[in-house]
Amino acid sequence: MRNYLVLRVVAKLMIAFMILFALYVQFHGDFGPGGGFQAGVIAAAAIVFYAIIFGLPAAREVVPDWLVESMVAAGVLLYAGVGFAGLLLGGNFLDYFVLAGDPVDGQHRGIFWIEVGVLITVAGVMLKIFYMFAGREDGDRG
Amino acid sequence: MISLHYPILNVVVPLIAAPLMVLARHGGFAWLLATVVSGSSLAVSVALFAEVADGSVISYAIGSWAPPWGIEYRIDSVNGFLLVLVSLIASVVAVYSRESVAAEVAPEQHYLFYTMYVLCLAGLLGIAATGDGFNLFVFLEISSLSSYVLIALGRDRRALMASYQYLIMGTIGATFIVIGVGLLFLMTGTLNLADMAARLPGISETRPILAALAFLTVGICLKLALFPLHLWLPNAYAYAPSAVTAFLAATATKVSLYVLLRFYYSVFGESVIFAALPMGAILLALSLAAVFIASTVAIFQHDVKRLFAYSSVAQIGYITLGVSFDSLTGLTAAIVHLFNHALTKGALFMLLGGVALRLGAVRFQDIGGIARVMPLTSFGIVLAGLSLIGVPGTVGFVSKWYLVLAALEAGAWWLAVLIVLGSLLAVIYVWRFVEAAYFREPSAAVARLREPPLSMLATSWLMVAACVYFGLDTSLTIGGAAQAAAGLLGGGR
Amino acid sequence: MNVAGHFSYWVTILIAISGLYILIARGNLVKKLVGLAIFQTSVYLLYIAPGKLIGGTAPIVADRFAVYSNPLPHVLILTAIVVGVATLALGLALVVRIKEAYGSIEEDEILEQDRPPFDSSANNNVSN
Repeated sequence: MRNYLVLRVVAKLMIAFMILFALYVQFHGDFGPGGGFQAGVIAAAAIVFYAIIFGLPAAREVVPDWLVESMVAAGVLLYAGVGFAGLLLGGNFLDYFVLAGDPVDGQHRGIFWIEVGVLITVAGVMLKIFYMFAGREDGDRG
Repeated sequence: MISLHYPILNVVVPLIAAPLMVLARHGGFAWLLATVVSGSSLAVSVALFAEVADGSVISYAIGSWAPPWGIEYRIDSVNGFLLVLVSLIASVVAVYSRESVAAEVAPEQHYLFYTMYVLCLAGLLGIAATGDGFNLFVFLEISSLSSYVLIALGRDRRALMASYQYLIMGTIGATFIVIGVGLLFLMTGTLNLADMAARLPGISETRPILAALAFLTVGICLKLALFPLHLWLPNAYAYAPSAVTAFLAATATKVSLYVLLRFYYSVFGESVIFAALPMGAILLALSLAAVFIASTVAIFQHDVKRLFAYSSVAQIGYITLGVSFDSLTGLTAAIVHLFNHALTKGALFMLLGGVALRLGAVRFQDIGGIARVMPLTSFGIVLAGLSLIGVPGTVGFVSKWYLVLAALEAGAWWLAVLIVLGSLLAVIYVWRFVEAAYFREPSAAVARLREPPLSMLATSWLMVAACVYFGLDTSLTIGGAAQAAAGLLGGGR
Repeated sequence: MNVAGHFSYWVTILIAISGLYILIARGNLVKKLVGLAIFQTSVYLLYIAPGKLIGGTAPIVADRFAVYSNPLPHVLILTAIVVGVATLALGLALVVRIKEAYGSIEEDEILEQDRPPFDSSANNNVSN
């Protein structure tokens, strides 16, 4: 589809806005509909859109396989890291109250980093699923 | 003090081992980490059980939100016992799996196998430890999804279809459970199991609560593989890699039974389940059907693993039979049989995995005369089979004894006779193996074989030895089970 | 029978039964997964619909607002949706592998391929 000029130009415009929208949804999850999972899916959708217009190999160059697998793992480790941070600072696991001087600030910080972890993992998983399904040729085994 | 955080560390340490394995992408490292993590879970579980064995309860508030607003991890004598069992099986199978997985799973997938293994372990431990209804569903799905993947890694292409059918049935079961929890949440306004128990007495006869009970029962029995909802089990156990069969056969259904007991005794209460509703009679009927029908079907199987998978369905029938008596003896029998069956089936499937490693398949037509070349393995299978039958000196006898006691206590001597008859059916299918292994001439393919590798043989025999040891010295198992049963019934509702 | 007041519950039951029926009645593996997804969707409705109170607002503490809709079901269902997505992805991955292994995604054709040929050699498993 990269031979169609209209598609190419519009895609290049839209992908930037899609990623921006994903970040908007991510950071406004505290106060409105949104949060890590939704933002992750929108961010992955932006890359999938790129792959549909410009081809899967081009998308694989932008977001290579090793990066996607690492994203999946890194997000979970970030989430667990926030949990352990609460543990090490004196509270229970996933305790946000102790993460900053003021308990309310601590809640903000905890939720923020948890959601970033979720964003990274979900975007990674969605991309991985897309790569796996779209990347299979007829006659692929294993 | 790190020991204060044991309830959550038990679950979180396997959970973070998984992404570490994905990042490292190395099969050997993944196996090592899986073994270390399982061992640490075992140590933590034993420490937790030692604390709660006298009847006290450990309550851990995640995020420092006090229950019932936050998620609470609640360890008492019942789940302490279960945590020890699950982590023990996981540790032994982790050591066993090195050689077994190397033979049955493609090398580039080894690190993924162990990732799913520790995720399954984390899920099962989470189900056991949690005191929150929805958290239970989440960990149930974590363990289920990872088991679907583990089963699909089997060599045979039928493993794919088996995993798919298990996925469909398991997801229906989990969705029924979440519908049940949702209805309870709607009626009581809380997700914390202890809080639900406190709020239920006034409304326990209303239709949504009864509907919740129905959904929960069906959903849990699907995961428990109680007849007639057992259809996923034979294929899943037969075609999965041997280490996976050993692990799942010994843990997954036991944890589902714990969920049933938790909801029946700690949330709804005895008075609702057994006094007001005929659940005892229903469980009795289904259990007897499971024992007799599954044992009979087992007798006619061509594949040894499939035969013992049907035997598992029958043994699960014995466990729910113990539950249906609704007495201290009956519940003790159920919980002790939970432990004993885990040991027995774990040992059995591990030994069969050794045979599969050497021979490639475990069909009756292939294993003729195998006792001559693999004497230790065959004798181990015979001992485990004796435990299935319930011969004195093995753990199986202890559970059958308590079941018969519970039946006689309830005045149902005909039930005691039926329990003994079920054991006779087990004799028939165990004899099929004995006849094939000991009394046939080994074929050329069999004559070339030798015993499985030491790590596999040693761990399998550890389990067999445990079967015999706990059959002779029952203080630990009966003590733990009696404590657990008293804890459940002592809710006094 | 209170139909209007329980409208959301009627829709929940309808969706749940439709999903289960598709699951059971269709032999195509992908259609079964569609049925499963529909069945799981009914659960989302079951949780969220009762959470909304008439006249309830988002849970923001302010003087004007006295009645809040329950935010907890939304969090629960977000988790349930993610679980559903993971299950669907896993199911579809299995279907792709099954298609490669068997050449078909119709359940009866697959089971037919695995049925052992009925011949007398199968009887040799019984002793002597």
